[in-house]
Amino acid sequence: MASLAATFGRGAMTNHWKDIKNADVILVMGANPAENHPCGFKWALEARDENNATLVTIDPRFTRTSAVADKHMQIRPGSDIAVLGGLIRHMLANDLHHADYVLAHTNASFLVSGDFGFEEGLFSGFDEAASAYDKTSWAYQRDDKGFVRRDMTLQDPQCAFQLLKTHYERYTPAMVAQIAGCTEEKFLEMADIICSTGRADRVGTIMYAVGWTMHTVGSQIIRTGAILQLLLGNIGRPGGGINALRGHANVQGATDHAIVAGILPGYLKVPTPEQATLRDHLDASTPTPLVPDAVNYWGNYPKFLVSQMKAWFGDHATAANEFGYQYLGKQDGDATWLSIWDQVRQGEVEGFIALGFNPLLAGPDVPRLLESMSKLKWKAVIDPFMLDTAEFWRAPGMNPAEVQTEVMYMPTTHWIERDGSFTNSGRWAQWKEKAIDPPNGVRSDTFILSELFWRVKELYQQDGEDAVYNEPIQNLTWDYLNPREPTLPELAKEINGYDRATGRLLSSFGELRDDGGTSAGNWIYAGSYTEEGNMMARRGTDDPTGLGMHHDWAFSWPLNRRVLYNRASADAEGRPWDATRAGIAWNGQRWIGDVPDYGATTPPDGPGAFIMTEEGVARLFSSHLADGPFSEHYEPVESPTINALHESVAVNPIINWYDGVRETLAAEGDDFPYACTVYRVVEHEHFVTRNVPLLVEAMPDFFVEVPEGLAAEKGIENGGRARVWSKRGEVEGVAIVTKRIKPLLVNGKTVWTIGIPVHWGFVGITQGSMANLLTPYVGDANTRCPEFKAFLVNVERAEPRTT
Amino acid sequence: MPDTLAIKRISATPSALIPLNSLRSGGPVYSKLVDISKCIGCKGCEVACKEWNDLKVEQTTNFGSFQSHKDLSSNTWLLMRFNEVEVGDDLSWMIKKDACLHCEEPGCLFSCPAPGAIVQYQNGIVDFNQDHCIGCQYCVSGCPFDIPRFDKETKTVAKCNMCIDRVEAGLEPACVKTCPTNAIEWGIKEDMLALADKKLDRLRERGYEHAAIYNPGGVGGTHMMYVVPHGDRLEDYSLPAHPTASPGQLRGLNVLQRVGSYLLGFGVISAFVHFLAVGPESPEESA
Repeated sequence: MASLAATFGRGAMTNHWKDIKNADVILVMGANPAENHPCGFKWALEARDENNATLVTIDPRFTRTSAVADKHMQIRPGSDIAVLGGLIRHMLANDLHHADYVLAHTNASFLVSGDFGFEEGLFSGFDEAASAYDKTSWAYQRDDKGFVRRDMTLQDPQCAFQLLKTHYERYTPAMVAQIAGCTEEKFLEMADIICSTGRADRVGTIMYAVGWTMHTVGSQIIRTGAILQLLLGNIGRPGGGINALRGHANVQGATDHAIVAGILPGYLKVPTPEQATLRDHLDASTPTPLVPDAVNYWGNYPKFLVSQMKAWFGDHATAANEFGYQYLGKQDGDATWLSIWDQVRQGEVEGFIALGFNPLLAGPDVPRLLESMSKLKWKAVIDPFMLDTAEFWRAPGMNPAEVQTEVMYMPTTHWIERDGSFTNSGRWAQWKEKAIDPPNGVRSDTFILSELFWRVKELYQQDGEDAVYNEPIQNLTWDYLNPREPTLPELAKEINGYDRATGRLLSSFGELRDDGGTSAGNWIYAGSYTEEGNMMARRGTDDPTGLGMHHDWAFSWPLNRRVLYNRASADAEGRPWDATRAGIAWNGQRWIGDVPDYGATTPPDGPGAFIMTEEGVARLFSSHLADGPFSEHYEPVESPTINALHESVAVNPIINWYDGVRETLAAEGDDFPYACTVYRVVEHEHFVTRNVPLLVEAMPDFFVEVPEGLAAEKGIENGGRARVWSKRGEVEGVAIVTKRIKPLLVNGKTVWTIGIPVHWGFVGITQGSMANLLTPYVGDANTRCPEFKAFLVNVERAEPRTT
Repeated sequence: MPDTLAIKRISATPSALIPLNSLRSGGPVYSKLVDISKCIGCKGCEVACKEWNDLKVEQTTNFGSFQSHKDLSSNTWLLMRFNEVEVGDDLSWMIKKDACLHCEEPGCLFSCPAPGAIVQYQNGIVDFNQDHCIGCQYCVSGCPFDIPRFDKETKTVAKCNMCIDRVEAGLEPACVKTCPTNAIEWGIKEDMLALADKKLDRLRERGYEHAAIYNPGGVGGTHMMYVVPHGDRLEDYSLPAHPTASPGQLRGLNVLQRVGSYLLGFGVISAFVHFLAVGPESPEESA
């Protein structure tokens, strides 16, 4: 989501599930929604059949989504930026972009410093020693008032539009074919479909998921998709957008509430050690407008953070103590998945609490992870099911006698056994009721976490006032009716926020204050639980626009807005680009339609459409990511081929290399000739459903997908067994010999791709190889999200199992 | 709208030949419509079928396919079949929901010798009643779609009953309810035919020139119909091109026919023996 925020100002799916039915073109890439989001995918099929939309997939495999698509193009794992860059070039070379939109709603006209450049795979400012960019040369040119200089003719060679054009000029159809392994003809056929929406009367959407995210260039793949959609004028419009499909029912909610490293709830920033005072932190975190007519809504940052601290520390948060700023942890280093386990490996972490997930199977390079886990003194696993993580000491190849870690397992309720809310991909927070009672003796997460809090608090009380970090724990607000087990509605109200003087629930984050007068656990959820009741529990089905917005159904953050950036669905005069699919429209006095992502009565000639950016527009050129203001194709760290664009800079130069990882990668001379990718199948939900007999029956065994020609070469029979190994580990399972993966011609050489599903482990009623035995311990330059989706392996026939 | 479940045919009774209530009309006649072009092969229907009908979980093993079971069984009434087929330059992953089609002229019922073991309702549902099943498996060979499966333990045959208990209560079958993409529709057969025509138009627009509705006349039409994108390649979907069944082939009545012919033969032979023993009738005597 880092790249969406870097482009638009918010890191979330721009539209929502039902809105997909409004599209004319649906590009599914880096996702397999038929498999992983079957319920939401119905809207893509509705668009195809009822709206005459064209549905296309681009993927290393012909998937169950491809099975119902109009066109499919197979590409090599890790070649996404080449393909998307090729689409951008094709569009600009043939004038297929939505010129009026680009001028009105993007930073195309912004002038960038003359020092900016790109050469041989490196942007200007590269610091080799630090493996980082000095971004000074990526800055905008400013006028004497400090505002960005613009060229509304888009002719200035330093304007973002011209820089963009030059940058992607190298991504010719021939180059795309060479890198991705598709044919030029096939690429052009796809390009014509995808680029057909750069007009007012047509609109297209992109559905993507972790097939884009899980690369060392993951953020930049998403950036390229976002740039593509901006050039086509598809952001902010019903039927458009760039739609991040989240894996579980509540991943969006978990992200909103800061499950990812480096943020506080509501995408606020974690203070750093250099930010000694609240003032320092606010100054560093509150952007100032770059153009005179930008709303710059993040300018309200102090209100969001102070209200959050008031929710946490209540009356103990006062102006005198910086509202509890010093109670907050100051992040030194990062707490990403890879970094946490690296610290464990270095012996810097004593204990680990796994709450509601299965770390052993969820991370890359399981052999390394097992080694790290063995160094923990204790581990607590809190889950409805027994997990591989809790029994890691008996993983295949482990000697339990050598593992000293104490493991505690606590059963907890499953979501089906408790109330609460799910926030789906489309930002709809939907309240749900408990369906069944939990088994006897099983306690809720809220009970377990409350107990943990009270026990820790008591320990601190015993240690007295001098204990390190005593004050924040003693002063933490925990004023629930039953402080040993808060109810979910209580928590929801706390998240929504109150006027602290009157106790009135807030109805909008517009009411938040930075003087301590309001509290809100998560500002973007303000309005979700108001004096009128629980907005998330609403079930009204009215749809006056016919576009599927359903404003009376649940609550969509922010402020029940259904399509983000919807001001961009209209032109400079406030007229919808397409009257049949109007997001919002100006009626002379106010905006009608969706909840406007703009002042409700602000005339269309007011500020820019993208209220969350300090530019007031969306960013084609963005200095917010670590590895470049534009995207660039870099090979996966394990690649079967050279980087055809710049051999000397083959992989992302900003990768963070953890100790000992380079040695675990296939090196020259090693025999790992095949590309490999991992994925999920529709029959299973991650690692939970292997406990459900009917679903195990539907997809019983771990398997390996091997392309027909390669299987023939290796003597692997369909339904027989195959062994696959990388430099890190090996897996073995039933071979599915398939026509759905073809050999590709990459840089003049044949490349085969192998596919591996992730759902298996050594606990549960179906057991099989862990896919992540194979994957490399390396992540995206911005988010450190691991590169699960492209690595190298070898494969051979394995003998049938005798048991 | 609850269904009254008026009966149309009962196996091994005269109604198999001359349907009951054939003069009475107005009751709803249902059909499922399976749009293969909309099916993502998620097996939601397969699992829902087992859940609703309390069918036993079977131990499966992957045999080199995304398909769960190699074949239907008395505990698996619905199976998603997967088939990778090259069509021209393109690949087609043909995924078909395999289950009873509920023929208008049900070959299973016509061939069943056990009175009441197979019942066809006015609404189109063909249901097996295991209490009356004698385990002869004539229905298995009588079915042109190879659907009914014999259970060695209970010595009876089973297949999809269109969730008749749900239909009776005014609900759609479990598979229809579960389908996340609305690839399985449920309704009055006429409406489903009209919907199928609409789907066909869209498929042809999308370039599927051979798209077809599968509602074979040889069995009087079916109450589960398919919209088939590659209508010229029915065998790749394991759909027979010309299935047939008709009351003329009533195997249940064959027994009677056989008895009849024995009786007739006995008469002829007796007459011959009588002729040899007694000689021809004299015209005088008959006069």
